[in-house]
Amino acid sequence: MKDKLIYFLELTGFNWFIPLVKLGTGDSPKAQLQDLAKMVGVPLFAIVVFLLLWHMGAAKIITSLGQVPGPTQVWEQTTVLVDEHYEEREREQAFIERQEKRNAIKLEKNPDADVTIRPYTGKETFFDQILTSLATVFVGFLLASVIAIPIGIVAGLSNTLYSAINPLIQIFKPVSPLAWLPIVTMVVSALYVSDNPLFAKSFVTSAITVMLCSLWPTLINTAVGVSSIDKDLINVARVLRLNYLTTIYKVVIPASIPMIFTGLRISLGIGWMVLIAAEMLAQNPGLGKFVWDEFQNGSSESLSRIMVAVLTIGIVGFILDRITLSFQKFFSYDKNATIR
Amino acid sequence: MDKYLNIDHVSIDFPTPNGPFRALDNVNLKIDKGEFVSIIGHSGCGKSTVMNIVGGLYQATEGGVILEGREVNDPGPDRAIVFQNHSLFPWLTCYQNVELAVKSVFGGKRSKQEMKDWIEHNLSLVHMSHAMHKLPSEISGGMKQRIGIARALSMEPKVLLMDEPFGALDALTRAHLQDSLMEIQAELNNTVIMITHDVDEAVLLSDKIVMMTNGPAASIGEVMDVKLPRPRKRLELADNGDYNHYRSEVIHFLHARHARKVA
Repeated sequence: MKDKLIYFLELTGFNWFIPLVKLGTGDSPKAQLQDLAKMVGVPLFAIVVFLLLWHMGAAKIITSLGQVPGPTQVWEQTTVLVDEHYEEREREQAFIERQEKRNAIKLEKNPDADVTIRPYTGKETFFDQILTSLATVFVGFLLASVIAIPIGIVAGLSNTLYSAINPLIQIFKPVSPLAWLPIVTMVVSALYVSDNPLFAKSFVTSAITVMLCSLWPTLINTAVGVSSIDKDLINVARVLRLNYLTTIYKVVIPASIPMIFTGLRISLGIGWMVLIAAEMLAQNPGLGKFVWDEFQNGSSESLSRIMVAVLTIGIVGFILDRITLSFQKFFSYDKNATIR
Repeated sequence: MDKYLNIDHVSIDFPTPNGPFRALDNVNLKIDKGEFVSIIGHSGCGKSTVMNIVGGLYQATEGGVILEGREVNDPGPDRAIVFQNHSLFPWLTCYQNVELAVKSVFGGKRSKQEMKDWIEHNLSLVHMSHAMHKLPSEISGGMKQRIGIARALSMEPKVLLMDEPFGALDALTRAHLQDSLMEIQAELNNTVIMITHDVDEAVLLSDKIVMMTNGPAASIGEVMDVKLPRPRKRLELADNGDYNHYRSEVIHFLHARHARKVA
């Protein structure tokens, strides 16, 4: 039980929690407290120092939107954003109730009456915007992975194909999302025409831009991982006369899983970074648009609210990275390898 | 022609920027069924290349390999290979490693239970039943090589090819594995080609020792039959006159007549 819990914590990256577990079971308390001080105390101290420096530095800079926000103002705006979210939800609830009541009365008078149910069209809250951003980045990332992994595998197996696509990869890899976006916007506008679109155009544009930028790390890492598989493992497959697909499925993919996941992790990180820029320009209602809108709004709270978004972007990015890291550890056959 | 395995006038060229490089020249070797043949020579002389040609991993430029009257050109389970670095799939347990081989060779031909018994039988043959559900990273180098041998044996090869199978092991582990291999050989009487650079190993295990000249364009220098009675015991052979005679023959070949010019 205890070992399983510790394994789970290790897998999910909550290493700092392990001393607490061991402490709870009375496993050499002194050593555990030392571990705890090292794993929790040191980072905590660094954060406090950072907050202090931030607080002192921010007070010295005055912009046209007022003083640069310090930690206290940012915390204030965080609570405001949370409150706004709940207020908006209450308003939505009230709207739905009003509508239901109205429709019920209508139906009472005349059972055949046409009742219309309109969706609530209030503004997105900060939390809605986080979810939109997450959905967008996942769609882009998923598209990128579906394209990059198979191409990477085939390119890793064939030197000819690899040298064919390598220059293309090298040329497109450094391109900024901001350069892609206008082209993607025009192409999406031209091709994605429908009276009743399932997704908003801004969403599709942002997702595709994310895809274009997060394709490359997975592609390169997969290709390198596949091409560096021990030749003898491939020879074993040849002796066993496994066909091409079985070889890929039974030998190539398991052998290169660690590298594929390394690529996926970098891709997701890049995708998340690119997404904010894409959303700003494409006006996809996610965190990028939030930042842009607050900037345009230019009230005295704007900078604090943008800072909340900055921290949120950072924390969400960190969580995403941790999740992929857990997957990477879980799928990697070499459980002892240190993966950071 | 009527021999079991016939390596017939095999030569191989490797392409280099300065034109083809002849690694093997006119290698001619006939092997009987059930014979244990060692190929010995200095490193770089192309002994592994011979094995890779028999295994079908390389194609001979001239000549060919004939097994039971049929030419072999591609790799296949009838010529199972034990690689120097065990080459087990690290994400599969020992059992699963052998299972992969058994399933791809006998899948559809034998029942599930038969295959399971066969896998376990081969693992017990190499004395690895106790660790069959461990991952390769959890067992020692010698144990990994045992699993590698079990995997090769499980394919029921017509010829078992071993590429310096014990070269990466320490001396004691190597001795244990050699003894195991002799036991297995006494039971199954496989046809084996083993690449080695260890003189004692070659004399102890083989019916025939093939000594190769130095490359480039390496060829077979001498073939020596080892007529020591089996079962052979390491301790008894240490003072055996014949054994020491065979040993000194090989050493003379390697270090006097065909010494490497540059160490």
